[in-house]
Parts: sequence; structure tokens; C-alpha cells
Amino acid sequence: MAPKKKSFDPVKTLEEIESKFEMFQILDQDGKVVNEDYLPELSDDELVELMRRMVWTRVLDQRSISLNRQGRLGFYAPTAGQEASQLASQYALEGEDYILPGYRDVPQLIWHGLPLTQAFLFSRGHFKGNQFPEGVNALSPQIIIGAQYVQTAGVALGIKKRGKDAVAITYTGDGGTSQGDFYEGINFASAYKAPAIFVIQNNNYAISTPRELQTAAKTLAQKGIASGVPSVLVDGMDPLAVYKVTKDARDRAVAGEGPTVIEMMCYRYGPHTMAGDDPTRYRTSDEDSDWEKKDPLVRFRLYLEEKNLWSEDKENEVMEQAKEDVKKAIKEADNTEKQSVTQLMEIMYDEMPSNLKEQYEVYKEKESK
Amino acid sequence: MAQMTMIQAITDAMATELRNDENVLVFGEDVGVNGGVFRATEGLQKEFGDERVFDTPLAESGLASMGLGLAVEGFRPVVEIQFFGFVFEAMDGIAGQIARHRYRSGGSKEMPVVIRAPFGGGVHTPELHADSLEGLMAQSPGLKVVIPSNPVDAKGLLIEAIRSNDPVVFLEHMKLYRSFREDVPEEEYTVEIGKANVKREGDDITLIAYGAMVQEAIKAADALAEEDVSAEVIDLRTVSPIDYDTLIKSVEKTNRAVVIQEAQRQAGVASNVAAELSERAILSLEAPIMRVTAPDTVYSFTQAEGVWLPNKDDIIERAKQVLDF
Ligand SMILES: Cc1ncc(C[n+]2csc(CCOP(=O)(O)OP(=O)(O)O)c2C)c(N)n1
Ligand SMILES: [Mg+2]
Repeated sequence: MAPKKKSFDPVKTLEEIESKFEMFQILDQDGKVVNEDYLPELSDDELVELMRRMVWTRVLDQRSISLNRQGRLGFYAPTAGQEASQLASQYALEGEDYILPGYRDVPQLIWHGLPLTQAFLFSRGHFKGNQFPEGVNALSPQIIIGAQYVQTAGVALGIKKRGKDAVAITYTGDGGTSQGDFYEGINFASAYKAPAIFVIQNNNYAISTPRELQTAAKTLAQKGIASGVPSVLVDGMDPLAVYKVTKDARDRAVAGEGPTVIEMMCYRYGPHTMAGDDPTRYRTSDEDSDWEKKDPLVRFRLYLEEKNLWSEDKENEVMEQAKEDVKKAIKEADNTEKQSVTQLMEIMYDEMPSNLKEQYEVYKEKESK
Repeated sequence: MAQMTMIQAITDAMATELRNDENVLVFGEDVGVNGGVFRATEGLQKEFGDERVFDTPLAESGLASMGLGLAVEGFRPVVEIQFFGFVFEAMDGIAGQIARHRYRSGGSKEMPVVIRAPFGGGVHTPELHADSLEGLMAQSPGLKVVIPSNPVDAKGLLIEAIRSNDPVVFLEHMKLYRSFREDVPEEEYTVEIGKANVKREGDDITLIAYGAMVQEAIKAADALAEEDVSAEVIDLRTVSPIDYDTLIKSVEKTNRAVVIQEAQRQAGVASNVAAELSERAILSLEAPIMRVTAPDTVYSFTQAEGVWLPNKDDIIERAKQVLDF
């Protein structure tokens, strides 16, 4: 009998790589430190500030949902459940870092300096919402899923060419990792060792489509490996872990060591957007409550209370402040002059071309009626 | 007969063809359990199983080209693009590949793919959801481009599209999905692709429209009737190919025409219609053919869409200019 020929075992390679991805955590869901060695160097004040931002943003989300229901806001993608992945990652940035957000990532923009009034104008579909003030280094929320990933490679390469001590960071969801743009963005950044951070907020659903239907890959983080990009899987409900991996990724990028992919496991408690999505069609309430137990605010509150840094009074104070801020910003949005079609014509080109010039008068008249 | 909205008629057409032909597949983002974000595929996965009606990973370029691949294997894919503004992601798949497949194979291969998608303005969607991009499709030889304006046509046209051995882009105006119901035959029937429909007969002027603008044209015709102007309203139903015979016959009678589209003015379907009519019916025309369109900006930020979108009054104004020429 001929000796048995060996066959190649690509399955083993895959399994080996996949088994390397364990979810990184610092705070467990009870607010206990499970990974002391990795505790980020944040002062007490900085810890409190991060909590303040998460509480404030949770209130903003609740208010935005009810303002939308009252018809006072337009397009809105709820954020509750994603405070840690959104805000603790932004917290690891510097002002000169550039953010390329998706449609759900308005909170990061706000904490990067976008006035709340403008966030509301964006929601209402007013172009002034997209005129970011000088110094707010960010693009408007991207509607086309994945588009921001390739653009990030470009911004990061530009930052590198200019020799700035900064990074470009972008966000997409679990669904977004299926787009061609996702792979292209990571690969381009890898090819140029560009200072980019690619965040995947894996909230387990792309509208109704569960994460398992997106890919057979065991993790989304491992998609970075194929392009030679260091990649990490982190508990996206754990603000300290999110902060730590983002900060490390930023440090590496600024040191010239190239991009990082970070998959953050999280959940959106609310509907996909406020435009008629009904999560009960595709999720169970058991699943919802399992995730609510992992809530980032709950665990961070426990952690801070243990350190005597947080209290109910403090929390109420922040919540009141948030409500005040929302009220004020909505009023400002209400007082903003309505936009006109002729204004839209003016923002189309550097110099208005002849066809628009001709149409300008026609629409001046139409909008005066 | 059953009273149906346009979206129900569309669901009914897909169910009919899923039942008729085991090669028909329906897939796209969120079309399975969720029944599509507008519920166009409501109940289909339940009835036909997830081998035939299924959710896909999130990638429009993947959707289009997987459609091509499945068609190569003899299936008849009905692909949903969640909003047609996302078609830019799939442009190569549709215009560069699907549209050319028969031609590229020297006419030896078929490409029976239907790309369905909602589009259209007036429903306060975020950017890239409302754009009228039929002009891009109509400029891609190899595709047929269908835009129904009512439930009865939608069902018959979609069944016809699924049975077509050439690719069809089937665009569904969001505002029409649930804006009205009408009696729709429960049995199967087809409406020929490439045939316009005279919605209302008239003698003085022809109003040519498609999609949601058909409703505006009818409203304009009603208003004109009160001023003793008899307007003929034609629903193109298919913007590639365009049924010029029906248009020319009408213009030979009325001698005047206004072409209406929701899309921007430059390089669109209406320009094409006006140009062809000028070439073919110049001796019947007593006035220039005029167009009613949106202005040449990107689709309006939603707060200004009321003024940006063409409407009944714009049509009346243009019609009067043509009549008074
Ligand atoms: C190119 C493109 N395709 C489809 C959509 C419609 N859409 C909006 S959100 C969404 C799901 C995205 O899921 P995920 O990436 O997981 O992000 P999440 O909404 O969960 O934050 C889809 C399909 C879109 N906006 N852009
Ligand atoms: Mg998701």
C-alpha cells in the first residue's frame, strides 16, 4: 500500500487565528476591575468627566427620540447602549484627530466640538447642520455605509504626509464590515502605514439582519488580519477597555506604526432609526435584557461609586444640565432661518455655473410664493 | 379584484412569480424576517422559505453581482436595493456587468435579473435615499427601466419584468407606496414593458410624466380643465425604452407638449423625450416642448424639498406658457 499522502490543512490555520480573538475587558458588568494591568492612566477628574459625558449623551438620546416623535427632529439613529464604544473611543482622541463618522455617530461629533444646535439641524435636514465650525476636525455623518472607511485611509495618509501628530478615526457597524469599501479602506491604510483607527461597533444587528448572516468569520476584528493590520476585539460596553485600546491604537499610529482595527461588542437598545423600524420583529426581549445587564453606564457608575467619585446627586445634576442644553439647542435650531432652494444652488459649486444661474431666478420666484 | 396599495401589488407580483417559477429568488438587505424596510417582501420568506427569499450581507455591489452569478446558474433573481440612492455602490455590477452580459456573450447568454428599489422625494429621508437616478440607468444600454405610477401597473409590470430574459431596473416611488389603493386583479396578468399609457385623453396639450409626477400631472389637468383647457396625460411607465409611438400620436393631436420629471433638469429622461419629439414630430408642433423638472442641484436637503420638487403648479405654469406661445 502506498504511503498515505498528507493534505494541507487550511482549516487549522483559520481556527488558530480565530481562537486568538478573545474579548478584552477591564471592567466587568458589575463594575469590578478584571484586568488591573491594563487600567488606563486617567485621573479621578478624567474618569468623572467620561461618566458625565455618557450620562449626558444618554439623556440626549432620550430627548432626541421624543423630539423626533413630536415631529421636532428628523432623521435620528438612537445611540443608547453604545455610549462606551462611542464616547470612550472619542475620549482617547486629541482635538487635531479627524473623525469620519457614520449616521449613528453624532455623539462623537458633539464631544469633538460640534455644537448641539448643528446636530439638530443635521437631523432636520438643514444644510447649516453640516457647516462645521473651524477646528471641528470631522466630516458629516456618512449615510452610505462603508464609504467613510476608504476616505479615512486618505485622511490618514494626508496626516502622515503633513507630518502631523494626529490620527484619522472612523466608525462603522457590523453590517458595514461586509462592504467592499470596508476592506479597501483597511488595506489602503495598511499599504501606506497610515495613522488610522478603524472602529467596528458590532451591535449585533444591521437593521434586522443578525451579525451571523453577515459573514462566516467568527469575529469581525479578524478581518483586519488579512490586510496585515493589528486588530483587537473589545467589550464595547466597557468604557475603560474601549478607552485603553483606542488610546493604544492612537499612540501606535502617531508613532508611525500604522492602522488598527477595533471591534467593539455592543448593543443598541432602541430601534435602528426613528423611521418605522420595529425591533420586536427581529429581536427577543430576552436578548434585550441580557444586554441591558451589561450597560456601560451601570458598570461605570458602580466603579466610580466604589471610588467615591460619583453619586445620585451628581448624576441628577448632569441629567438636568443635559435637558437644559437640549432645550436651548432646539430653540436655537427653531430660530435658524429656513433654508431655501436658491441657497442650495449657491452651495453647489465654487462658482455658480450658467445652468444654475438661469434657474436661480425661477426658484427665487417659486420660493417667494 | 382586491383593493391594494402599490406596495401590496408589488408584494403580490413577487409572490405570484415565486409560485410560478422555482427559479425565481428574492434577496436583499432585510428582505427576509423583516419583510424589507418598507415591507415590500412581507410574508414572502414565510411562504417560500429562506432558500428562495433571503437576507444578504450588507453590500450593494455584492447584491448586483451575486445576482449576475445566480442568473448564470439559471436562476431569476429579484434583487432589492434598499434605497436606490445606494446604487452608486452597485454601478459596475449593474451598468458595467449585468447590462452587458448578453452583448458580451455575443448574444448567446441571458441575464434575467430584476433590480427593484424604492426612490423618490417628499418623504423626508436622509441624504441619498430620495434621488431620481433613472437617467443613469436609462443611459446604460442593455437595461430596461420601469417606473410604475399605480398599483395595477406595478403588479403587471413587475411580473413582466421577472419574466423578462433581459435585466430590468424597477423603480418604486416611495410616496406612491401607500398613498392610495385601487382594485387590482388577484389573478396574474402582465403589462407590457415599453408601452406608455394614456391616463386621460385631451385635445389641447399633452402632459408626459412618470412615477409620482403622473399624479401631479393629473392634478394639473384637472385644474386646466376648469379653465377649459383639455390636457392629455400620458404615463410613460417605462423610461427605457420609451414608447414614442404613443407620444407622437398624442402630439399629432394636441400639437403641444410638456414633459415632467422629478429628476434634475440636465441630461435626463425629459430631455430625451423632448429631443425625440422635436426630431420626429416637428411639423405637428405649434410651440416648443417644455420641461418641468427639479433644479440642477444635488437632491434637496429635506427641509427645502417642498420647493425643490416639481409640482402641479409648476406644470400648470409651463402648460400655459406652451399654450400661449
Ligand atoms: C450603502 C448603503 N446600503 C444600505 C443602507 C441602508 N442601511 C442603513 S443602516 C443599515 C444597517 C447598518 O448596520 P450596521 O453597519 O451594523 O450599523 P448599525 O446601524 O447597527 O449601527 C442599512 C442596511 C445604507 N445607508 N447605505
Ligand atoms: Mg449593527
